[in-house]
Amino acid sequence: MSIATNNIAFNVDEIRKDFPILNREVNGYPLVYFDNAATSQTPKQVMDAIVDYYSNYNANIHRGVHSLSQEATDKYEGARRKIQQHFNAEKAHEIIFTSGTTHGINLVASGFASILKKGDEILVSALEHHSNIVPWQMLCEKTGAILKVIPMNEQGELIYESFEELLSEKTKMVFLNHVSNALGTINPIKKIIDKAHEKGAAVLIDGAQAAPHIKADVQALDVDFYVVSAHKMCGPTGVGILYGKEEWLNKLPPYQGGGEMIATVSFEKTSYAELPHKFEAGTPNICGGIAFGAAIDYMNRIGFEAIARYEDELLDYATLKLQEIEGMKLYGTSREKTAVISFNIEGLHPYDIGTLVDKMGIAVRTGHHCAQPIMDFYKIPGTVRASFSFYNTKEEIDRFIEAVKKAKSMLS
Amino acid sequence: MSKTIQEIQEEIVDEFAMFDDWMQRYEYMIELGKALPLIDEKYKIDENLIKGCQSKVWVHAELKDEKLVFTADSDAIITKGIVAILIRAFSNHHPSAIIEADTKFIDDIGLKEHLSPTRANGLVSMIKQLKMYAVAYQTQLK
Repeated sequence: MSIATNNIAFNVDEIRKDFPILNREVNGYPLVYFDNAATSQTPKQVMDAIVDYYSNYNANIHRGVHSLSQEATDKYEGARRKIQQHFNAEKAHEIIFTSGTTHGINLVASGFASILKKGDEILVSALEHHSNIVPWQMLCEKTGAILKVIPMNEQGELIYESFEELLSEKTKMVFLNHVSNALGTINPIKKIIDKAHEKGAAVLIDGAQAAPHIKADVQALDVDFYVVSAHKMCGPTGVGILYGKEEWLNKLPPYQGGGEMIATVSFEKTSYAELPHKFEAGTPNICGGIAFGAAIDYMNRIGFEAIARYEDELLDYATLKLQEIEGMKLYGTSREKTAVISFNIEGLHPYDIGTLVDKMGIAVRTGHHCAQPIMDFYKIPGTVRASFSFYNTKEEIDRFIEAVKKAKSMLS
Repeated sequence: MSKTIQEIQEEIVDEFAMFDDWMQRYEYMIELGKALPLIDEKYKIDENLIKGCQSKVWVHAELKDEKLVFTADSDAIITKGIVAILIRAFSNHHPSAIIEADTKFIDDIGLKEHLSPTRANGLVSMIKQLKMYAVAYQTQLK
């Protein structure tokens, strides 16, 4: 069960044929989908995997002796191994299927409740999504640990020196995203992981925004936990994975009780199942896991290098064109960033721009992007965020620019 | 005799019926937004903020001669336009009339998309808030 790695030549017209939704109209215009950082679109190959599962081998896994159950188990575990290979985890059981990134973070945060003591410190970056802030705040309330924030600069980059200053023997964990969802900044995670390890702190990286653009190698990164969602990388919603180093996963207590996660049960004592089942209570999202594997295959067939190269081209093009619009203010101008542009136009509310471009068939995100601390930093209510994927085109960017100009003239 | 909420709603529906496309409708809403009389700055406080909106919306209610008068503001102009429409329909009426008024006219003027609870502008929250004020002030009148 190896991942398909033979890159096909990058041809966006051919790629777009895999995504039926790109042919639809919205408000009378052909859809331009620039909300990829919220969720990516789904190629036929992934839909086929979903249909195949329900048409041919839908069964509960791991326990059935019948053939269907074994087939489903094989495919599900096969998907786990694909994901393991994709992220280069050492062992397949270090990949825990979750319902998504948020679930993965909560699983780890809840496990650390039994490890942290009063006065321990945990560091979180100023660039985080609420899902990587709130679980840690809850953890601090429970344990008496102290949450400290690594600040960011005007360009939307973490201030590494401040991280070094905050880091101490008291630091037990560091949490940050690989790529910021609101700004697209790529954080220097390898440097941060190594430094944190020097002080004995564990590191969790939220890879939700990175996974569609960057192939993370968890062994090379030496990261303790890495979490992603399938739906940001051409897979279905409601499924994701938590990668955890075996030693950490063995240390953490189970997150939920139920079937699948036990070895033996009696009213006196229950012993927990081995990894990964210890963290996979109940019937999992079997079809979702298998479809996630299909999505990983799909993206690898196109190739992450080709994807990154093409998306960078889109980003540069859009950045240049947007800056021609008077009053344009871009947020997150780090040189290391993925294909995300967050902006405002002087005097205009992002919500107004988003509403009007939607009327012209263009899907962008407006608001605080679940990252209010970043908006507070810039003292703005929110931004318009256009996020590109490898199936987008320069022609779509042209239409977007025209729509923004039109919205601006209507609102001014 | 001043107009009933129903009559005002019909008037608004007629005005919007003149427009052929979304662009004209939105241009009109933007105009209405710009023309919305400003709320007294002292009422732009957190207690008067409506939750559930992507843009900020402040609504203040005051009872004058048994009629409820709304003033409002928003930091987004389209939202302001929507608020202006609501205020035109609901302001300056007896609280009981506001409580009973239906909101079907929102559909009729092609703003139905803003009624979905998932829409971030919170039209639903706005209407709810206006009616909540009406309920609160009605108990005062009794």
